[in-house]
Amino acid sequence: MSYEPIIGLEVHVQLATASKMFASAACGSGAPPNTLTDPVVLALPGALPVLNKAALDAVIRTGLLLGCRINPVCRWDRKNYFYPDSPKNYQISQYDQPVCLGGEVEIELPGPTPAVMGEHRRIPLTRIHLEEDVGKLTHGAGDSLIDFNRAGTPLMEIVTEPALRSPDEAFAFLTALRTLLVCAGISDCDMEKGQMRCDANISIRPVGETKLGTKVELKNLNSISYVRAGIAKEIARQLAVVAAGGALTQETRLYDGESGRSAAMRSKEMAHDYRYFPDPDLLPVHIDEAWQADLRASLPERPFDRQRRFIADLSLAYSACAVLIRDRALADFFEETVHAGTAPQAAANWTTNDLLRELTAASLPLRESKVTPAHIAGLAALVKQGVVSSSQARDVFSEMFASGETAAVVVERKGLRQSTDTTQLAAWCDAALAAHAGSVAQIRAGNPKAINSIKGAVMKLSAGKANPRLVDEILRQRLGI
Amino acid sequence: MDTALIHQPLSALTGLLAERRVSSVEMMAAFIARTKAVEPRLHAFNSFDEPAALAAARASDERRTLGRILGPLDGIPIGIKDAIAVAGAPLTCSSKMLANFVSPYDATVIERLRAGGAIPWGRLNLDEFAMGSSTENSANGVTLNPWDLTRVAGGSSGGSAAAVAASQAPAALGSDTGGSIRQPAAFCGLVGVKPTYGTVSRYGLAAFASSLDQIGPLTRNVDDAALLLGVIAGHDPRDSTSLARPAPDFPVEMVARRGPWKLGVPAEYFREGLDPAVAAAVRKAIDFYSAQGGEIREVSLPVAAEYAIAAYYIIATAECSSNLARYDGIRYGHRTQNATDAIDLYARSRAEGFGDEVKRRILLGTYVLSSGYYDAYYLRAQKLRTLIRQDYLRALDGLDALVTPTTPTPAFRPGEKTADPLSMYLADIFTVGVNLAGLPAVSLPCGFTAAGLPVGLQLIGRHFEEPRLFAVARSYEQAHAWHKMRPTVASSE
Repeated sequence: MSYEPIIGLEVHVQLATASKMFASAACGSGAPPNTLTDPVVLALPGALPVLNKAALDAVIRTGLLLGCRINPVCRWDRKNYFYPDSPKNYQISQYDQPVCLGGEVEIELPGPTPAVMGEHRRIPLTRIHLEEDVGKLTHGAGDSLIDFNRAGTPLMEIVTEPALRSPDEAFAFLTALRTLLVCAGISDCDMEKGQMRCDANISIRPVGETKLGTKVELKNLNSISYVRAGIAKEIARQLAVVAAGGALTQETRLYDGESGRSAAMRSKEMAHDYRYFPDPDLLPVHIDEAWQADLRASLPERPFDRQRRFIADLSLAYSACAVLIRDRALADFFEETVHAGTAPQAAANWTTNDLLRELTAASLPLRESKVTPAHIAGLAALVKQGVVSSSQARDVFSEMFASGETAAVVVERKGLRQSTDTTQLAAWCDAALAAHAGSVAQIRAGNPKAINSIKGAVMKLSAGKANPRLVDEILRQRLGI
Repeated sequence: MDTALIHQPLSALTGLLAERRVSSVEMMAAFIARTKAVEPRLHAFNSFDEPAALAAARASDERRTLGRILGPLDGIPIGIKDAIAVAGAPLTCSSKMLANFVSPYDATVIERLRAGGAIPWGRLNLDEFAMGSSTENSANGVTLNPWDLTRVAGGSSGGSAAAVAASQAPAALGSDTGGSIRQPAAFCGLVGVKPTYGTVSRYGLAAFASSLDQIGPLTRNVDDAALLLGVIAGHDPRDSTSLARPAPDFPVEMVARRGPWKLGVPAEYFREGLDPAVAAAVRKAIDFYSAQGGEIREVSLPVAAEYAIAAYYIIATAECSSNLARYDGIRYGHRTQNATDAIDLYARSRAEGFGDEVKRRILLGTYVLSSGYYDAYYLRAQKLRTLIRQDYLRALDGLDALVTPTTPTPAFRPGEKTADPLSMYLADIFTVGVNLAGLPAVSLPCGFTAAGLPVGLQLIGRHFEEPRLFAVARSYEQAHAWHKMRPTVASSE
């Protein structure tokens, strides 16, 4: 019998807000332990939560980007459980009236080669709600330390329908979601920093069966690669159990990315009655049309919409699109370069190859680049006019990047302007022909490729300034080929 | 020491300070001396900070010399229930759990008192975490009634009531979740106000039941209550349940409203279980209003009378079970010495830190929120709450206020009700419905029993109608002298 895997994801995303979800203490990482706190974060007697509107705005924006229904009234509930990283011993969350319902995430599966776009699918969502993050425990020998800096950071939970069918789809889902959320400034989605966390619900069922099988929740998937690998391992484990005639049990398993293995959590650790009830310290929030309209105006173009537009309107190669849409600022830079008069593919090459290479080498963010779209447009024009060669243009780009001068200034300063003086060119050509009699003989004997070594000699004589197209013309004329 | 000084209401003290007939330091010293003198018999205070109080009084005197007083209460001490956070002062909630806790911040009401120059004075005793009706649940022991030292001062704000009645403070702040200001005010012969829910910020009040808790004043007369409420009321962005409207000028609004009054008398509240002396005093008060040309109408509160106690003890305990989860021995508060792991640390710290009544309510609240019981208890109680609110609003239709006894009996003796928690819960029967409905209510003195115990009259109004309630109360007060009586502890110096 053949089986198919059914996968649902629960993704937690820390929102990039300045302050915490219900407190005025700052959000952030890297600060000394327990410094990003206040009476509310530490749950001192008498402290009360007040909603951070920026956090709710971020979730509504996410919902609008993903085509969710925005609940006209969302509500706050207390999820009660004791754990030392939870200052109140309850988490403020949303139980039955979350901010967003439904919606979908568009994903792109890998193509046959990196240059070919893969299939797109839409993964339906169940809901998106807002809750608060907990602190961090560090267990040492004999004692445990708690840092509440992370406690109270706004955390958005995105829950998919059991609609994913492969580890690759899960990988593509998280990649697409991360690209979208980073693009919209909603989260930095750095999984290593815990800004994006994912749990997977995995089951298998015979192909053709419509009922869902016994579900296993896989936790501790700390990177997008671990998500893919962990899910693949879990599917294999479940198939092996069934193949051996065993039965699957509903359980929560912790994945260890290092060893690639998972182990079941003790059932005691998951037997929770959270005693949800509406938080009496907070009022329900009415989200009206005007509020949504304001936020809608702040939404960026969705990355895949942008990709479709680049391909359709600019005839851009998929491989360049794929790089550009991953980074909103880079794609904006690219578009400005096109608007400044550069051919789209040339603009894409300059931004995705040369600009990215220089930025990486200099460890600079794009916003600190001295090269602007106008710089690139100027350089591309010089190449097109034949003022500099393609290979010289690379050097000009590096000079522009270092100094912030325009291409024209660099070309003049470095004396890189190509020589189109035919008298001078003819003199260089004649000298080269005279010095390479052997090559001339080879050409005459029927080997036209030998012309290249003569061209090389001309370029050498001209210190690289000779216009290659004119040199080619003169040599062929002299050689009569 | 000017013995007359300490017995004066706020309004008189304000005048004495303004006319420079007494300094704030002299006044503070008088209250400190009085506190020290009667405290061994009463135990109204968990603690007080004499140097801080005198320093604040000196600062007030300096402001006054410069002609820069901050408000009418500048230089006057106000007693503070030990469940309200005062920066740098202990905040024990009369619990072993917080025996060594010092608040690093001021509650909003304390900020407002300070902004008006008033001096937060003392940490006044209460039932542990405000759960109880007699202060017998205090980890620090019971507060006795200044009118009869063999009886309780009431609760949970028993320390606040006793301190004002015994002239250890001219006025005090308490908190009222099901009657915790009004009941001790009635037992101690004071005016006590439970404001409309949302009128006073809860920020800095250690939460018992968030949807019911309100801070309010306990004072010698109605004018003082209006004055003090005006200082502490108003929108606070740190409390999401605080009303988004400015507080009215209570003293001015109060005098703008005049009788005769249309009053409702709930029939259900004058039946079995009501002490005859209490019934007689309240009836007499109703007769007074009638004689003043008022219209007295019998009304009915069928749902509230039957179900308020049950709904209250489900909602209040549900909220308390969650609100008190933060007291776990991890970040602050009592921590056991003998924990084996995190769960054991919680269990032992909480078992050692909380008293029996707090544990009982946490257990009840945890139960009513549990999976499988939520719909049967919590959800039904919330539906009842809506019906109870409608009950009151229907009864109040076309009326200025409802008139009821504040309590079914006068102050009882320690131990009288502790063996049977239900009998203690029933002592709140006339007050809890008001909290469920979010309504304002005032208790004011309306006589004494033959044994010399004060009796309280409760006036209940529509939402936001504190000024009308004050006006109704004041018209009674101005024709009677009950509020001017002083308890025995005062005359036994």
